[in-house]
Amino acid sequence: MTWLTSLGRYYMLMVRTFSKPEKFSIYRKQISKEIESLGIGSLGIVAIISMFMGAVITIQSAFGFESPWIPLYAVGVASRDSIVLEFSPTIVSLILAGKVGSNIASEIGTMRVTEQIDALEIMGINPSGYLILPKIVAAVFINPFLIIISMFLALFGGYVAGVFTHAVTSYEYIYGIQYDFRPFNVTYALVKTVVFAFIITSVSAYHGFYTNGGALEVGRSSTKAVVYSSIIILLFNVLITQLLLA
Amino acid sequence: MIEVKNLSKEFSHKKVLKDISIKFEKGKTNLIIGESGSGKTVLIKSMVGLFKPDEGEILYDGREFISMNFNEKKVVRQEIGMLFQGGALFDSQTVEENVIFPLSMFTEMSESEKRDRANFCLQRVNLINANKLFPSEISGGMKKRVAIARAISMNPQYLFCDEPNSGLDPRTSILIDNLIKEITDEFDITTIVITHDMNSVMEIGDNISFIYKGEKWWEGNKQEILKTDNKELNDFVYASKFMKRIKAGL
Repeated sequence: MTWLTSLGRYYMLMVRTFSKPEKFSIYRKQISKEIESLGIGSLGIVAIISMFMGAVITIQSAFGFESPWIPLYAVGVASRDSIVLEFSPTIVSLILAGKVGSNIASEIGTMRVTEQIDALEIMGINPSGYLILPKIVAAVFINPFLIIISMFLALFGGYVAGVFTHAVTSYEYIYGIQYDFRPFNVTYALVKTVVFAFIITSVSAYHGFYTNGGALEVGRSSTKAVVYSSIIILLFNVLITQLLLA
Repeated sequence: MIEVKNLSKEFSHKKVLKDISIKFEKGKTNLIIGESGSGKTVLIKSMVGLFKPDEGEILYDGREFISMNFNEKKVVRQEIGMLFQGGALFDSQTVEENVIFPLSMFTEMSESEKRDRANFCLQRVNLINANKLFPSEISGGMKKRVAIARAISMNPQYLFCDEPNSGLDPRTSILIDNLIKEITDEFDITTIVITHDMNSVMEIGDNISFIYKGEKWWEGNKQEILKTDNKELNDFVYASKFMKRIKAGL
C-alpha cells in the first residue's frame, strides 16, 4: 500500500473520530479513564527519566564549560535551555510514543482481531469515536502537565547532580536557570507537546484500528505505531522549531 | 423478516458471494450452513453492514439497508443483536458492564434500571453470580452466554449468531443451541445462525440454507435435509462416520 493510501485512510479515520459522539456522558467517563491510564500511568517513567537526564545534562554541560572565561552559572543556563527546549517536550514525547503508543496500538489492535470493534459497530456505535477520541483528548490535555512536571524534575535532577559533584554551586545553578529566562520557550515547548500528543495517540490508534489478522499482526502494529509516531514527531519537531523559533 | 436479494460480493477479484437470495423468517431459527470458506460469515457480515456488498439488496422488514445513510443504519443496528464466534466481549469491562453497555449508550435508563435489566438478561441465559467477573475469568461457554445476554439486552428484532457453539463441548453446545431457540420463540425475533455443526442443524434448524462456493445451493428444513439427493449437501452432511451410520440406520 502506498503512503498516499495510508494518508487517506488516516484522514478518513480522523474525520470519523471527530464526528459527533453518541453520548457525551459516556465519553466524559472514557476521557477520565484515559487521563488516568495514559497520563497518571506514565508519571513514574517520566519522573525517573527526567531526574536522571537532568542530572546527566548538567554534568555534561559542566564538563564542556571547563574554561575560566565561561562563568559557572552558564551550566544552569545551558541545562535549562536543553531541558525546556528539547529534552522535556521532544525526548519525553518520544519515550511516551514508546510506552503509550504501543499500548494504544496493541489495545485497539486486539479489539480489532477479537471482533470487539465489529461488535461496537453492529451496536450502532462509531468505534473510532468511542475508542480513539477519548485517548486523543486525554493525551492532548494531560501531556502538557507531564512535560511541565518533567521540566521541574529534570532541573531538580540537574541541581542535585551539579551540587553533589561540585560541578556547580547551588547559587550559580539557581542563578543560571533564572538568567535571561524567556517565557516564550515554555510556550514553544507546550505547543510541541500538544502536537506530539496528537501524533502519538492518533498514529498509534490508526495502526491498531487497521490491524488485520491475529496476535502476530497486533505485535507488528504495535511496533509500527512506535516507529511511525517517533519519525513523525522528529519531522514535526523540525517544522515547529522552524515556524516558532527561526 | 429479513430478505436478501441477489447479493454479490468479491474480494480482490474473487467472487465470495454469488447472487444470493434468501428469506429469513420471523420467529424462526434460520440456519446458514456450509463448509469453511464457503462465504457464510461474509454473508452475515454483509447483512449487518460490516462489509459493503457489490450488488443486491438487504431488506429488514421491508427497509432497504445497504442504501441507508449512517444515521438510518444506526437505527436498524439498534434492533440487531449479534453473537460473535469468540463472544467479542469487552475485556476491560465486567460481565455486568458488558450487558449494561448498549443500555448506557442508547437509553436514558437510571443506573438501577440498567442493573435490573442486565440481571434479567443474565438470569435468562442462566448465568448467576458472575456479574462482577471479567471475561478473562470465565469459561468459553459462559462467554457465549454473556454475549447472548448482551445481544438481547436491547430487545432486538434480529439476532445473528456466528458459529455460536464453536470451541464448546457437546453438552454446552446443546445448551447454547437451546437457549438461542428459546429466545427466538420467546421474543418472536428473526434469528440467523451460522453453523457447520450437524447437531445444531438437527436441534434448532427451522429453516436451513446451504451455501456452497458462494452460492445458495439448497434450502429446506431439518426433515428435508436428511432426505435430499443434493450431492454437495450430502457430502457436507454425511462427512462424519457418525452421520453416515445414522444414514445407514434410516
